[in-house]
Amino acid sequence: MAPLLSIDDLTVSFSQPDRNISAVRQVSLSVAARECVAIVGESGSGKTQIFMAAMGLLAGNATAQGSVRFEGGEILGAPAPQLNRIRGSKLSMVFQDPMTSLTPHLKIGIQLAEVLVCHAGKSWSEARIAARRMLERVRVPDPARRLNQYPHELSGGLRQRVTIGMSLLCGPQLVIADEPTTALDVTVQAQIIDLLRAMREEVGMALVLISHDLGVVAGLADRILVMYAGRMVESADSAELFRHPRHPYTAALLKCIPNLSGPRLERMPTLPGQPPQPGDPLEGCAFAPRCPRAAERCRAERPLLNGGAHRVACHFPWSP
Amino acid sequence: MSGFIDDAARRLRSNPGAMCAMFVVAGLVALALFGPWFNPNGSETLDWLHVAAQPALESAHWFGTDRLGRDLFARTLEGTRVSLAVGFFASAVSLLVGIGYGAVAGYVGGRTDHVMMRVIEILSGLPLIFFVIFLTVILGRSEYLLFLSIGAVGWLTMARIVRGQTLSIRRREFIEAAVASGAGTARIIVKHVIPNVIGPVIVYATLTVPQIIMFESFLSFLGLGIQEPHASLGTLIAEGAGEMEAAPWILLVPGGFLAMLLLALNIFGDGLRDALDVKER
Repeated sequence: MAPLLSIDDLTVSFSQPDRNISAVRQVSLSVAARECVAIVGESGSGKTQIFMAAMGLLAGNATAQGSVRFEGGEILGAPAPQLNRIRGSKLSMVFQDPMTSLTPHLKIGIQLAEVLVCHAGKSWSEARIAARRMLERVRVPDPARRLNQYPHELSGGLRQRVTIGMSLLCGPQLVIADEPTTALDVTVQAQIIDLLRAMREEVGMALVLISHDLGVVAGLADRILVMYAGRMVESADSAELFRHPRHPYTAALLKCIPNLSGPRLERMPTLPGQPPQPGDPLEGCAFAPRCPRAAERCRAERPLLNGGAHRVACHFPWSP
Repeated sequence: MSGFIDDAARRLRSNPGAMCAMFVVAGLVALALFGPWFNPNGSETLDWLHVAAQPALESAHWFGTDRLGRDLFARTLEGTRVSLAVGFFASAVSLLVGIGYGAVAGYVGGRTDHVMMRVIEILSGLPLIFFVIFLTVILGRSEYLLFLSIGAVGWLTMARIVRGQTLSIRRREFIEAAVASGAGTARIIVKHVIPNVIGPVIVYATLTVPQIIMFESFLSFLGLGIQEPHASLGTLIAEGAGEMEAAPWILLVPGGFLAMLLLALNIFGDGLRDALDVKER
């Protein structure tokens, strides 16, 4: 079966007055129907820009090359009217900060209903009823009252529930959640993750979860893709990745997760060094300067992503 | 959208100062429109028996007369009507054109923005007075022309303000979220950009009404605006200033009307800004 979303050889670069910066370098990935894929990486690793390119949301100075196909049709660089038929209906997005992703002067009810009026051609009164039902489904207490409130009258967790509800209104095939829990505190994070899990069971949409936190994606994702400096370095089933990380970067990341039941450590383990600056030319493996296993070959030749179900881009991966 | 306006109206009603100011403005408008019906004196009738008469309630001239014996009450009402009309119509022209132009330039951005802003710069480089003289010579003098020519220049600043506000919210996440939900450019500009920039725009608009009233009296003084025997508050004040020592009421009556009008408009504008900001309370 053809995947729902397939991204091939995508490169996103930003032109600046003095140089070009590549945020995403030749990334390929695919998401099957009903699958949950997590993209993990540090800030600036390009994980968000992949999907900004797919949604047609790139900044004005950005160019994207490659191919992004959704349900078999090319959407990279597609004209806005064509994109607008799928954005928000079949393909929707949940943003990082629920404080700023809702229009401040419109009541929740109107913002939710507008999506249905635009995409599903419903009347305002029908759309309003559907909006209230959606608020119930995303466990917003007292939905009838919330419909008449403005975004600033809701707490952060409630607002993120509203934006998740909004993304699900038209029964999307794929929801892209860009760090949906980063702006929330830890207990609310857990609630939102639970909600996403429950929604996946109820609605059955595919989910792309972008995060810098392996702990957040652990229980939710079927498959995890690890990004480093704009490249994909490892891709594996969730359980497999946690049990047998093969890329030294992934392994180092996993070591940095504090373990409550283990022995008490003097210091938190950290990764020495800094990720490369966005404009730096990359020769060989981008992780080589920080890698304990790096050899001469790593600095000269770029490792390609290969392998079957568990793919890794490393000359000297940890053995499975 | 209707809910937004209802809410703004509700918040406005709960602001006593703004409501007071609104009633003062409404009262002045009503007086300017209907007052002449209750005044036996016409604004152009000369009363040779009462030249520069003092205001007195028991006489026929409540606010006195000017030095040609014309009833000051009638003339002030006419002046208020003309000044209000110029102020409101010219601001409406500048508001409509300015918001549309500025929001499109700011949101679309890029080369479009560049061209649109250069057009504004060229237009604002033209001296307004020459522009108005030019129009007067071609089209003849009329009140409507005055609305048009003042409005035609007022929208330049309005468009710049709207563009600046639009630029500041264009990259905000909720606009991105609207794009990601498949809203078209026109819908985003009308529903998500304009309502969010309207606060500062309204304040600026209420400040332009007094400015325009002042500007109109300046044009009239130069002989380009309202001419005798018609009157605007500006021409009446200019006339009264000459008689200030001998007959101060000729200055004070239209001056009082103008001051009251401007004060009420400013307070009302401030209240309107508060009412349109959903986060105010």
